[in-house]
Amino acid sequence: MAKEIYTKYKMAKYLRKEALPTALCPGCGGGTVLNAFANAIDQLGIDPRDLVVVSGIGCSAWIASPYFLADTLHTTHGRAIAYATGVKVGLPDKKVVVISGDGDLAGIGGNHLIHAARRNIDITVILVNNFIYGMTGGQVAPTTPFGAITTTSPYRNVEHPLNIAETVTSAGASYVARWTTFHVYQLIESIKRALSVKGFALVEAISQCPVQFGRRNRMKTPTEMLRWFQRNSVLISKARNMSPNELEGKIVVGELVNREKPEFTEELNSLIEEVSKHYGLGDNNAD
Amino acid sequence: MRYPFPVGTVDFIQGDEAIARAAILAGCRFYAGYPITPASEIFEAMSIYMPLVDGVSIQMEDEIGSIAAVVGASWAGAKSMTATSGPGFSLMMENLGYAIMTETPLVLVNVQRSGPSTGQPTLAAQGDLMQAIWGTHGDHSLIVLAPATVQEAFDMTIKAFNLAEKYRTPVILLTDAEVGHMRERVYAPHPDELELIYRKLPANEEEAKYPFGDIHGDLVPPMPVFGKGHHTYVTGLTHDEKGRPKTVESEIHEKLLKRIVEKIEKNKKDIVDYEGYGLEDAEIVIIGFGIVTRSAMRAVKELRKKGIKAGLLKLNVLWPFDFELIERIAEKAGKIYVVEMNLGQLYHMVKEGANGKVPVELIPKIGGEIHTPKEIIERIKDNLR
Repeated sequence: MAKEIYTKYKMAKYLRKEALPTALCPGCGGGTVLNAFANAIDQLGIDPRDLVVVSGIGCSAWIASPYFLADTLHTTHGRAIAYATGVKVGLPDKKVVVISGDGDLAGIGGNHLIHAARRNIDITVILVNNFIYGMTGGQVAPTTPFGAITTTSPYRNVEHPLNIAETVTSAGASYVARWTTFHVYQLIESIKRALSVKGFALVEAISQCPVQFGRRNRMKTPTEMLRWFQRNSVLISKARNMSPNELEGKIVVGELVNREKPEFTEELNSLIEEVSKHYGLGDNNAD
Repeated sequence: MRYPFPVGTVDFIQGDEAIARAAILAGCRFYAGYPITPASEIFEAMSIYMPLVDGVSIQMEDEIGSIAAVVGASWAGAKSMTATSGPGFSLMMENLGYAIMTETPLVLVNVQRSGPSTGQPTLAAQGDLMQAIWGTHGDHSLIVLAPATVQEAFDMTIKAFNLAEKYRTPVILLTDAEVGHMRERVYAPHPDELELIYRKLPANEEEAKYPFGDIHGDLVPPMPVFGKGHHTYVTGLTHDEKGRPKTVESEIHEKLLKRIVEKIEKNKKDIVDYEGYGLEDAEIVIIGFGIVTRSAMRAVKELRKKGIKAGLLKLNVLWPFDFELIERIAEKAGKIYVVEMNLGQLYHMVKEGANGKVPVELIPKIGGEIHTPKEIIERIKDNLR
């Protein structure tokens, strides 16, 4: 079976053969995001040996590890970005990518997300937002839409969702974009830009979870969920002229920010140069 | 290379400062931390020194992030350290478990203060002993060292890095606010005098395929660090020798965990360290670790002057624990006293080691002050009356 997959799907060369088939449910958007990421790597000509992929806990974390064939660090719940910070500082010449879910990165790990964006460390984060805690059985997430049904909000969700892309933009990231799994080509383009930009980059990929989210919210099939993404998405250029009321329940897609800012590991390295210039000890062993 | 502090000579410095200097001498080039009393001076010293030795010291958003970054940097190939105290130590427990499970070398310093919770931030305690050994969930093992002087804080920091690298494990340096904030004379060795250990790397691509396999028969797999094209897979899930998650196969879990525990346990002779005083003929043996053994030493000397055959066993390594050593002492002594700045933690381990062969009595003290020699002497003399 593995042989068939490898001849039929071009991007399968970026995956760990022995980890296939994936554990993702039929109709999950995770495969689309994995495919988009692999295509972005392929189109940019990035050697997977120059990649370190870090993930946390949850369905989306599995996209990175075990499936992706690179150095991969599958960490604890919510902490992927903090682990990735150590990796990036230690290996500033490598591309460090975090792929994980909304609950992981924006719920339990929200603080690391905000502060990594503030530092503007050169890490690319692909945040798969499926509005739900999928692996644990469909509990309410910080991204669950107001009024939605989940196993821990069985009557309705009384909380309002966090706007992740806007939060990360405000926190100071170099690059932020949001697309859905319906917008595959745009998603690939944004991942490419996120990988190319120097600084913290976030691509929020809204993704369907028909099993844990759709099923309880009148969208039983992946197709229904993708249609919902299609109908509900508003391009950011258009959204700028819409009122908050008009935007209620809409998914604003596009590039939120793409700006040049000093990057953390570069700053650390120029600090080392500055310090050794002004207070340097030299490397002779004269003492 | 030159160092931003005197080496091959003596200096008069704080324990926290000594730990920072020793870490740099040991080859530590990555530090991530979060401010906390009474450990902040380690972080501050690292912030000054690191850029001068081409290293990095960064402040994370919390202690969870600090130890996470340290694990990440260790997989990037750097000798890495963080330091904290009680509240931060509690926050680090989950990722400490991750470091144990993924066999990541790192040094975690806990400058103990009095707890629980925020407790007495500026005052010393020894209440985190059990947490240091057993604080993270699940079966595991690791190494815990305990210095009693600033010189020992210095020397044991170097030892901590060597053990972490040698056995691919987290090592906890369990000190306290007294040692951390006290200034003492310290001899900092010249780098030429030091024997530094670096982690074993895979010799070839074939070895790199087994990041968690006992391929050399020494229970310690070579570490295929990131960035070398090994495609290393690291996970906190139960994994096989290649690192692949195997979460329902009980024999794989058992094999992995037993090796992680045995690589410490079977190398106990290499790891454990203690100092004895008067143990040859001691009828009364005081056992303790860290700062309080300095009071206990004075007490033993005073008791001996009064004709009471007392002895001291100062434990420098608290895990792996040398239960057999305690048993040997119990076979000779008439009574064992455990002196510690808590309500009884080492006491339980000593009791287990003594194995009922001799009465074991606890001399506890909490509130932030060290036992005075007089308090120890009086307690022992009361019992002799």
